[in-house]
Amino acid sequence: MPTRGSDLRGNGRVNFSSGSGMDYFAQQLINGIVLGSIYGLIAIGYTMVYGIVGMINFAHGDIFMIGGFIALIAFLILVSVGLTTVPVILLIVLLVSMAITALYGWTVERIAYRPLRHSFRLAPMLSAIGMSFVLSNYSQITQGARVKPVPPIITGGYTLLEKNGFVVRLSNVQIIVVITTIVLLAIFTWLVARTRLGRDMRACEQDQTMAALLGVDVDRTISMTFVIGAALAAVAGMMYLLYYGLVDFFMGFVAGIKAFTAAVLGGIGSLPGAMLGGLAIGLIETLWSAYFSVEYKDVAAFSILIVVLIFLPTGLLGRPEVEKV
Amino acid sequence: MNSLKLIGLAFGASLALSSAAMAQDLTIAVAGPMTGGESAFGRQMKNGAEQAVGDINAAGGVLGKKLALDVEDDACDPKQARSVAEKIASARIPFVAGHYCSSSSIPASEAYADGNVLQITPASTNPLFTERKLWNVARVCGRDDQQGLVAAEYIAKNYKGKNVAILNDKTTYGKGLADETKKALNKVGFTEKMFESYNKGDKDFNAIVSRLKRENIDLVYVGGYHQESGLILRQMRDQGLQTVLMAGDALADKEFASITGPAAEGTLFTFGPDPRNKPTAKSIVERFKAKGIDPEGYTLYTYAAMQVWSQAAAKAGTIDPKKVMDTIKGGAWDTVIGKMEFDSKGDIKQIDYVVYKWDAKGNYTEINPKAS
Repeated sequence: MPTRGSDLRGNGRVNFSSGSGMDYFAQQLINGIVLGSIYGLIAIGYTMVYGIVGMINFAHGDIFMIGGFIALIAFLILVSVGLTTVPVILLIVLLVSMAITALYGWTVERIAYRPLRHSFRLAPMLSAIGMSFVLSNYSQITQGARVKPVPPIITGGYTLLEKNGFVVRLSNVQIIVVITTIVLLAIFTWLVARTRLGRDMRACEQDQTMAALLGVDVDRTISMTFVIGAALAAVAGMMYLLYYGLVDFFMGFVAGIKAFTAAVLGGIGSLPGAMLGGLAIGLIETLWSAYFSVEYKDVAAFSILIVVLIFLPTGLLGRPEVEKV
Repeated sequence: MNSLKLIGLAFGASLALSSAAMAQDLTIAVAGPMTGGESAFGRQMKNGAEQAVGDINAAGGVLGKKLALDVEDDACDPKQARSVAEKIASARIPFVAGHYCSSSSIPASEAYADGNVLQITPASTNPLFTERKLWNVARVCGRDDQQGLVAAEYIAKNYKGKNVAILNDKTTYGKGLADETKKALNKVGFTEKMFESYNKGDKDFNAIVSRLKRENIDLVYVGGYHQESGLILRQMRDQGLQTVLMAGDALADKEFASITGPAAEGTLFTFGPDPRNKPTAKSIVERFKAKGIDPEGYTLYTYAAMQVWSQAAAKAGTIDPKKVMDTIKGGAWDTVIGKMEFDSKGDIKQIDYVVYKWDAKGNYTEINPKAS
């Protein structure tokens, strides 16, 4: 694998000082932002569904996992038909996995949540947990129980800084992950703020009955919310595949929990909040690992979540719930 | 309606017949991670066990009975391992070859001891497995205190004056191995520059990789499983780090190289001398290859565990686990990976570890640590 960074074997050098300052911090910041972007992309799905339907879609982590698998399958098919231009492959894989995963999101909503919409509040949540099991077992049976690795697709990167033998590197994969996240976030923010669909979504968020009376197709709007959430999860799944180089049928669980935490931290229901929460969780984990112990990074992330929730019960950017009369 | 009854009757009769056939067979079990991150090794164990049962049955079975194999999945999860063990015990299965993860083998062994099941692990190397003086346990692989010693010897010799970091995944196996290696290193006056742990199942090691970079680490020793090791290696190369990775026997599967790609080149691990090259294994390796299976890693160890049990049961003239265990510890057994004798704890008497190196093509070969 080509790496442009210089060889770092310290020739018997005794050193603690090299790279202990800003350059080390910069490298860890890059690590944290990339991880946070992936969390953020998944968190958006949680937050959108919560905002509109008021339920936590526990199957969302598994939708993310499905997205990763579809990206893998699409990638392998494209390579086997002899396509070699990397940007073209990436674009096709992105579109295919978004489309198919969106279909999964739509189906899950249609069969597991919609029939329970007017049931008691916990019913769809339990149904979501059930769907989570169904999806992970489904991919275990169809794709096998093993970890599915892909060889590095995008290699190389840039050396940003070199000081005292410490090299700050930004790899091409990291650039792609962050840029894709920013672009998609911009598109979907625009979608919610400026389009007809976005207006319907905001109307359903405020009052479904009233929205229906004024001619908004509530069922369709909710379906579209799940479709958009799933499409973003698919992007996260693909980025995960590119960045870490493997997918497995149980990866949805941990990633889902982290992203859900991010959504709560950012203020569940808020789109920019989800992204902010994702970045916050990614940065806390990374910086804690960087300066304290790797062992307790999850403890650190969850402790900060608790502290934030004590002082800001609705999260960083959440609005207090208005009692509907 | 009549035809329906008839079908029911036929179905019932066939059920009765099949359970009668089951009663004729002697069921033994193999338990390991058939799903999850470690499933590559579960598959090795399953392959080894299936081949062994097939070969033993072809040679007439054990005590005149054909063997049937029960495959159980613990997903490398201690809780699931315990419930698998209870399931096996309640089915009155006299022998289990398992498990893979030490953190599964150890809690399971207590359930086996209570349930009168003899357990031989092909792969769990944590010393604690045999150190608790349970009557029912034995292993056909080595121990981490020996494995750590060999790793430490290699590191002290080849990385003298260089920076070494030790990581572990906090599991019984990973932490145990990292501790043994650290102990052996410190004993010869070698101090590691960094000792850290991570969570098994983590995918993002970029923060820890940047730390390795800051400390100018030349070699990182990982007490952990192949998936995390592969990801650490991959992320090291992504960040421009050429640090060598070294780990234990958990890297003995080609899946490691499929995670890392060509970056695997130069990675080191310790494992027993390649069982596939032993003269005793030649014909069996050919039979595996004919089925398209590469009997790498712990495949042949599992085969050997099955052989030890079946030979001892034949010699003891019973499948009673306590008597068979006494026979095992009192005798010497010809297995696919050589002659085996056990001490009173259940460890094999001849243990040796060697260092292996991965190449860019995704293969690993023994290296002679003395030569380099």
